[in-house]
Amino acid sequence: MSKNLNLKLKIWRQAGPHAQGSFLEVDAHDIPEDASFLEMLDVVNERLIADDVEPVTFGHDCREGICGTCGVMINGQAHGPEGATTTCQLHMRKFNDGDEIVIEPWQATSFPILKDLMVDRRAFDRIVEAGGYISAPTGTAPDANEIPIPKEVADTSMDAAACIGCGACVAACPNSAGQLFTSAKLHHLNTLPQGQPERWKRTEAMVETMEDFFGSCTNHGECAEACPKEISLDFIAFMNRDYVKSKVKNRSLVSKR
Amino acid sequence: MVMLDAKIPEGSIEDKWDNHKFNVKLVNPANKRKFEVIVVGTGLAGASAAASLAELGYNVKVFTFHDSPRRAHSIAAQGGINGAKNYRNDGDSVYRLFYDTVKGGDYRAREANVHRLAQVSVDIIDQCAAQGVPFAREYGGLLANRSFGGAQVSRTFYARGQTGQQLLLGAYQALAGAIQSGKVTLYNRSDVLDIVTKDGEAKGIVVRDMLTGQVHAHSAHAVVLATGGYGNVYYLSTNAMASNVTAAWRAHRKGALFANPCYTQIHPTCIPASDEFQSKLTLMSESLRNDGRIWVPRDRDEARSAAEIAEDDRYYFLEEKYPSFGNLVPRDVASRNAKTVVDEGRGVGPLKNGVYLDFAAAIARDGEQAVRERYGNLFQMYERITGEDPYDTPMRIYPATHYTMGGLWVDYNLMTSVPGLYALGEANFSDHGANRLGASALMQGLADGYFVLPYTIGDFLAPKLGETPLSTDDPAFTQAVAEVDDRTRQWTSKKGGTHGVEYYHRELGKIVWEYCGMARNENGLEKALSEIPALREEFRKNVKVLGSPDGINTMLEKVNRVDDFMEFAELKVRDALHRNESCGGHFREESQTEEGEALRDDENFAYVGAWEWNGPDEAQTLHKEDLEFEYVKLTQRSYK
Repeated sequence: MSKNLNLKLKIWRQAGPHAQGSFLEVDAHDIPEDASFLEMLDVVNERLIADDVEPVTFGHDCREGICGTCGVMINGQAHGPEGATTTCQLHMRKFNDGDEIVIEPWQATSFPILKDLMVDRRAFDRIVEAGGYISAPTGTAPDANEIPIPKEVADTSMDAAACIGCGACVAACPNSAGQLFTSAKLHHLNTLPQGQPERWKRTEAMVETMEDFFGSCTNHGECAEACPKEISLDFIAFMNRDYVKSKVKNRSLVSKR
Repeated sequence: MVMLDAKIPEGSIEDKWDNHKFNVKLVNPANKRKFEVIVVGTGLAGASAAASLAELGYNVKVFTFHDSPRRAHSIAAQGGINGAKNYRNDGDSVYRLFYDTVKGGDYRAREANVHRLAQVSVDIIDQCAAQGVPFAREYGGLLANRSFGGAQVSRTFYARGQTGQQLLLGAYQALAGAIQSGKVTLYNRSDVLDIVTKDGEAKGIVVRDMLTGQVHAHSAHAVVLATGGYGNVYYLSTNAMASNVTAAWRAHRKGALFANPCYTQIHPTCIPASDEFQSKLTLMSESLRNDGRIWVPRDRDEARSAAEIAEDDRYYFLEEKYPSFGNLVPRDVASRNAKTVVDEGRGVGPLKNGVYLDFAAAIARDGEQAVRERYGNLFQMYERITGEDPYDTPMRIYPATHYTMGGLWVDYNLMTSVPGLYALGEANFSDHGANRLGASALMQGLADGYFVLPYTIGDFLAPKLGETPLSTDDPAFTQAVAEVDDRTRQWTSKKGGTHGVEYYHRELGKIVWEYCGMARNENGLEKALSEIPALREEFRKNVKVLGSPDGINTMLEKVNRVDDFMEFAELKVRDALHRNESCGGHFREESQTEEGEALRDDENFAYVGAWEWNGPDEAQTLHKEDLEFEYVKLTQRSYK
């Protein structure tokens, strides 16, 4: 059977976007090691409620690592110490009895803190809205097998499409850059034959929207380290190449009008 | 008195949908921009509907309680989506998918709806491929397929173990394009807490802004609910933490009939619970049953580890009992058999609450690399949660609540019994009968959103040309806003209180799982009918909600949802009690064959049970929509 842990937690509390924040120190005793990190926070919250203290707010939903809602800095690491793991999939058996754990929200100007550990990631949606789609109005599609796609192409597209939009890449980056997220979406669509007609327009629009919100990439690689879905740094190189090309391509498209 | 008219079109089953599309009223392209439509929910059904309606020219307002539409729980579907493409040359057809679905649903679905679903399934695959969904491919570049429980053909399309994610991203991206074009307005972090009606028609919704706590109203010509199922009534389920019945339940309280709430799918392959603190159960895709063999030790006191147990000492209960379908029997059959062997004391794992799902044979046959390619991410997820490596030791699995076939009653147009109010996807009851086949939820959500509602909604809207939506200053709206505001504020204004909302939700889940879970009987259901109201009363009196209603308050969001589950649970149990037959996911112990299989009673129960709300202090009234089977012969299901 599983054993229990006693932990010292320092949890960031902040009433609202403009409020002054501070750490709440909690002795979390008897935490079962089979609990997930968020279940540990559930236990802490139930104890806070029993003591008439408002529970800690954190984003979460599917708890199986796919919805991308959860994510906190755990001892300074986005989603914690375990590689390729979201916060909800991190389990307490990865910690030791007596550990001190500092829990903070994502920290990036483009992700304002809403309350405690919950942040606003709408900037990601703005990037997708700028062009992160293939225009294929319902009903217009040809037979799905009419366009063969080499398996390798479908696979690399899928590797990029696996991004869950959690924001760990931005949180881990010293510049709060959004390159890994944006490049993953671009690589997903730009490698597919269906994605070609809008490729250059999409690339230019998404990259420039990204730059409205996020910092610049200086090739630290922290993003890929923190990514729970192991999105590759290579996609950023592909994006940069396509962005440069898009400047030329889009101009030539204009000249043909 | 509500009259149930399913509005099933004339003609042979193959022609009904085409006839209907020709006969429904149309809104001309220039007039579509004069209509407003509200869509609640951004999962597969909601996002696809909103994007498709916007492409047609309607003005659409979309509401989600998530921070982004992409977080809706459709994202977590793993295995795949069915489409009757017959790309494998193995004898599939629209008719076969139709037949399999009606049979798999244990003859409790409407034939006409199911046939339409099978017809549009082929268009869905085309649509998704065109959007850039990276479906799995063969080396020649054409689409790959896998087989799934309840079918003997390979018709399931997939994107690794993340099919739901990829389909949702496709729909979300289409929605993002529509937002960019200005045809869709998105309201995120918006909790829909009531449906507004006037003169019996849907006029709009009441929404709580989850950032500010402000309650306000939105009106439109029609309201579409795509708000998912009610699986979280069990507390522990594979649903996401925030999945809830609130919008559907509030619609029910405003006159929409709730159909077949006792139908719940218990998914056979989930990771067993490990402790009291457990907040949810994680599903391992059913596709694993293609290559995994399910077994338990023959000896109840078996102490050896799985690898040490000799072949003869293993009980492959599905393969032995159902030689032709083996490990691929439908979900309800697989789940009940797992329960049987665990109840017999043959369970595995520290709490003896699971069965083995063993990949040793597949690894020996196809090599570890092949298995890794098929299921790599699922194996990884399993290892993360349990700390055990499924390449070395068999997985331990057990059934958990996963999907709900019941939902708001809808006619062939997907309109509820409230004119102007539609229900799509898991939120409606229509296509899966008493049991859903694997890879059919994604199909139905997208069918409703991409290919059904965009045609049928025009029939309701066309005569309304020139009408403006009801003003939100109308008393119907102002009163509803005040009621929602009062209801929400009462929770935090109470002093004292004993337990937080999680506690009461957990207690409710225990009652519903115990008496209305995988097997139900009259005594247990009667017991639940007395325990649920008692718990509800205690909950309403003693639940402790801290913090302010004017701002982010996640416990306050949850307390409204649990309050609705407390009422819904009673209806679910009442439905289960009245349906004195076993069918699909609803197993009444009183109604079984000598071999312990579900025994239907077609004489008395071949109908849809749709319940009408009569106020908080009175039991609902049952209405019956008789099901007629012209094409699929009613037989006892057999997967032997």
